[in-house]
Amino acid sequence: MTTDPSQLQLTADGRLKHFLTTEGLSRELLTEILDTADSFISTQERDVKKVPLLRGKTVVNLFFENSTRTRSTFELAAKRLSADILNLDIAKSATAKGETLMDTLWNLEAMYSDMFVVRHADSGAAHFIAEHVTPNVAIINAGDGRHAHPTQAMLDMLTIRRHQGAIEGKIVAIVGDILHSRVARSQIHALRTLGAAEIRVIGPGTLLPRDIEALGCKAYYRMEDGLKDCDVIIMLRLQKERMQNALLPSESEFFKLYGLTEEKLTYAKPDAIVMHPGPINRGVEIESNVADGPQSVILNQVSYGIAVRMAVMAMAMSGQQQERNELAEQHNEPGQEEA
Amino acid sequence: MHLPDIEHTCTELGQRLAAYLEQNNIEQPLLVGIRTGGVWIAERLQQQLQTEDGVSSLDISFYRDDFTRHGLHPQVKGSELPDSIEDRHIILIDDVVMSGRTIRAAMNELFDYGRPASISLVCLLDIGRRELPIQPDLCGVRLELEEGQLVKLSGPVPLELSLS
Repeated sequence: MTTDPSQLQLTADGRLKHFLTTEGLSRELLTEILDTADSFISTQERDVKKVPLLRGKTVVNLFFENSTRTRSTFELAAKRLSADILNLDIAKSATAKGETLMDTLWNLEAMYSDMFVVRHADSGAAHFIAEHVTPNVAIINAGDGRHAHPTQAMLDMLTIRRHQGAIEGKIVAIVGDILHSRVARSQIHALRTLGAAEIRVIGPGTLLPRDIEALGCKAYYRMEDGLKDCDVIIMLRLQKERMQNALLPSESEFFKLYGLTEEKLTYAKPDAIVMHPGPINRGVEIESNVADGPQSVILNQVSYGIAVRMAVMAMAMSGQQQERNELAEQHNEPGQEEA
Repeated sequence: MHLPDIEHTCTELGQRLAAYLEQNNIEQPLLVGIRTGGVWIAERLQQQLQTEDGVSSLDISFYRDDFTRHGLHPQVKGSELPDSIEDRHIILIDDVVMSGRTIRAAMNELFDYGRPASISLVCLLDIGRRELPIQPDLCGVRLELEEGQLVKLSGPVPLELSLS
């Protein structure tokens, strides 16, 4: 990566124009995303769920890696902003015939696309595309390797804010496979910026990154210690597909130690909320009684996901539009626009 | 330029609105203010008229026609309307009417909430310069401003007008 991502994703006056990572974004900007998403939640509750904001814009879902929930919530978000959306399952299309990534992108640009939503198995993929795409195409990172999943992190922040009133001052525990989790990384940056009192990670030593405390987290190896006094418990999925070595003795051993049961839930505050980015492995990270229980907000997260993605898409497109206008003004005679 | 006294203008506007409602047989109007200034005026009129439903507010940020020019407004607050506006008589209230574009956006948004029986437009000030065929049903004061001059309402307490 050559450009600092927090610079690459902002316009000269600090507005969002790509959304690649939560790292390095200001508290004001993260709060603006949450506030805008809040407004979109109210439009989702109407009979007519669409707003005309991105009418005439073209959004391309570029998924180099499988995902059902993220892809479909981005698709719904784009549709509810009145944009046109094209879903490309790259794994099965041209790249399989030998076309390079850049050729694929140039072809999509030639179709006058305004935004790419990118999911890729390699860390830094969305950043690479944002650096090389022609100006005025917005890039939204829908998950890159182990690096970041910023829209998931922001929908989690919105969930905490709506169900616990605020993020500031809250104790948040992230449990499980932190090592392979881009979600955890993006959450940690957002939680820190938004003023969480404590960020804890709980899991076996083999699944906690060695430098985790440098990110401002406290590591715990036992649920009983880590969940004490928590306001928010975020369970992560065991990413078996990303595990190359035997990092775990077995799933049942993991469940015994770190699976969230009703009994372990009592270590946290009585009004603690339980979150999970999905898809959940019942009986591996979480027991069904907890996943479906009164403290679970797992399905609320899915609904907020649409609102957050609408907010980020609208804001990034807005930043791109401003840059486009400034560029046009530089080329135009002054006063030509307003006749 | 002499600016009108707000208290006096609002009181008089409230009296005219009461008469307008009676004349048009509107018994349960729904007052809808456009954020931000329109909500303040709507609240002021609501106090005077004591309508049943209180004041609803409309944030037109997602409906503006200048997204391609100016992008998204950075402080979107969201709209707060009752569960249904179906068959309601809506009194749409704004502080200043100029081009008419805000009102067009507001009407587009209202129709995404349902099909009202009617919409009437009430504004505190009309400063002309219309760009769309939209006219208020009731207006506090018509102002002739100089070219390039704008009027701004600040509030909610006290409500004050200033020129810029």
